[in-house]
Amino acid sequence: MAEYEIPEAESVKLFEGMGGDGADSIPTYNVTVRVRRYNPEFDKEAYWQDYELEMYRTDRVLDALHKIKWELDGSVSFRRSCAHGVCGSDAMRINGRNRLACKTLLKDLDMSKPITVEPIKGLPCEKDLIVDMEPFFQAYREIMPFFINDSNEPERERLQSAEDRERFDDTTKCILCAACTSSCPVFWTDGQYFGPSAIVNAHRFIFDSRDDAGDLRLEILNDKEGVWRCRTTFNCTEACPRGIQITKAIAEVKQAILQRSL
Amino acid sequence: MAIPLKSRVSTPRLRDNKIDGVKYNRSSSKRNNFEMFAWLGMRVSGVLLIVLIFGHLFVNLMVGDGIKAIDFGFVGGKWANPFWQVWDLLLLWLAMLHGTNGIRVIIDDYAEKDSVRAWLKIILFLASAFVLLVGTLTIFTFEPCPAGASPDLLASFCSAR
Repeated sequence: MAEYEIPEAESVKLFEGMGGDGADSIPTYNVTVRVRRYNPEFDKEAYWQDYELEMYRTDRVLDALHKIKWELDGSVSFRRSCAHGVCGSDAMRINGRNRLACKTLLKDLDMSKPITVEPIKGLPCEKDLIVDMEPFFQAYREIMPFFINDSNEPERERLQSAEDRERFDDTTKCILCAACTSSCPVFWTDGQYFGPSAIVNAHRFIFDSRDDAGDLRLEILNDKEGVWRCRTTFNCTEACPRGIQITKAIAEVKQAILQRSL
Repeated sequence: MAIPLKSRVSTPRLRDNKIDGVKYNRSSSKRNNFEMFAWLGMRVSGVLLIVLIFGHLFVNLMVGDGIKAIDFGFVGGKWANPFWQVWDLLLLWLAMLHGTNGIRVIIDDYAEKDSVRAWLKIILFLASAFVLLVGTLTIFTFEPCPAGASPDLLASFCSAR
């Protein structure tokens, strides 16, 4: 049996500032995070509260919020679950734009000014950064976000060509964070508009060749508060943390409704 | 397809959410083709209006003596021709419907209370109907030399003068 020479760990060259001992040498920055606070039990109006933090530029806004909640002020409330941009819990308005706190790095924001963090707009605030998502999910349920097929159950999976799959690929990426819907000025007014997210999730099934209820979903979205309320302001497309071309998806649903009606 | 198209999907609703007694979740749906035709009408009338408006500007401002030719007689002469009557009528109706629908949409987008929304729309529709009526009447009943008018009020080309 051949003898192997195990290379010494010292042979791995670490750059300055890397590795366990170098953490002190990573530059930190003083950041002011301005959080929109609201506690319905005590406050009549929401107000701003500033927190001074020492953060790394590679930290995310969510890390800053954690630091506030864990070290400075335990009463600050916000939603987060996976903290890695998949669950869609921590959509909030950061420096006036809807983003996920867990995907927004501090270095991408202007750290010389206070970083404002507010709850998303158009949905009622329950506490601090937590809003009531029920109207959002109500619209989502209305478009029937599940697979419907009336044919006999096949013995194996329902096959689909790569081209057919491509038609709705973009809209499968939605994580239901509500960043798009709560960035839409039409939704802000009275919350009656279905909203970009519901239309995106309808698009995912309408353009799925295996699904049979596309017509029904088009009928549902041909509503007074349906796709025709979209003014193509592109706020939703800019807000989407998954980069879904939302306005384009809405336009495709409009075209589909027109084609089946005319 | 087994699912009836017009079936109303009853949406499971956890609860009606209210703030200070005002419900803020979505109301029941209103499904018809009105909004679709309004949306389509905006696009179609927009394209037609480009042709009509620039045709109007070209004929009035650039053909012949151009802008210097415009006077009472020029307009009177144009409206003696059925072609320009129809052209101006189309221009009037399409522009008014296009503009009215545009403002209706803005009211829908920005008025927060249903009562405010309803009043603004009533005022809008009355104003639009008035302009359409007066405009249509003018195009079809325009008489440059009304009979029995005082001669010194008539245009220079009228025979009664």
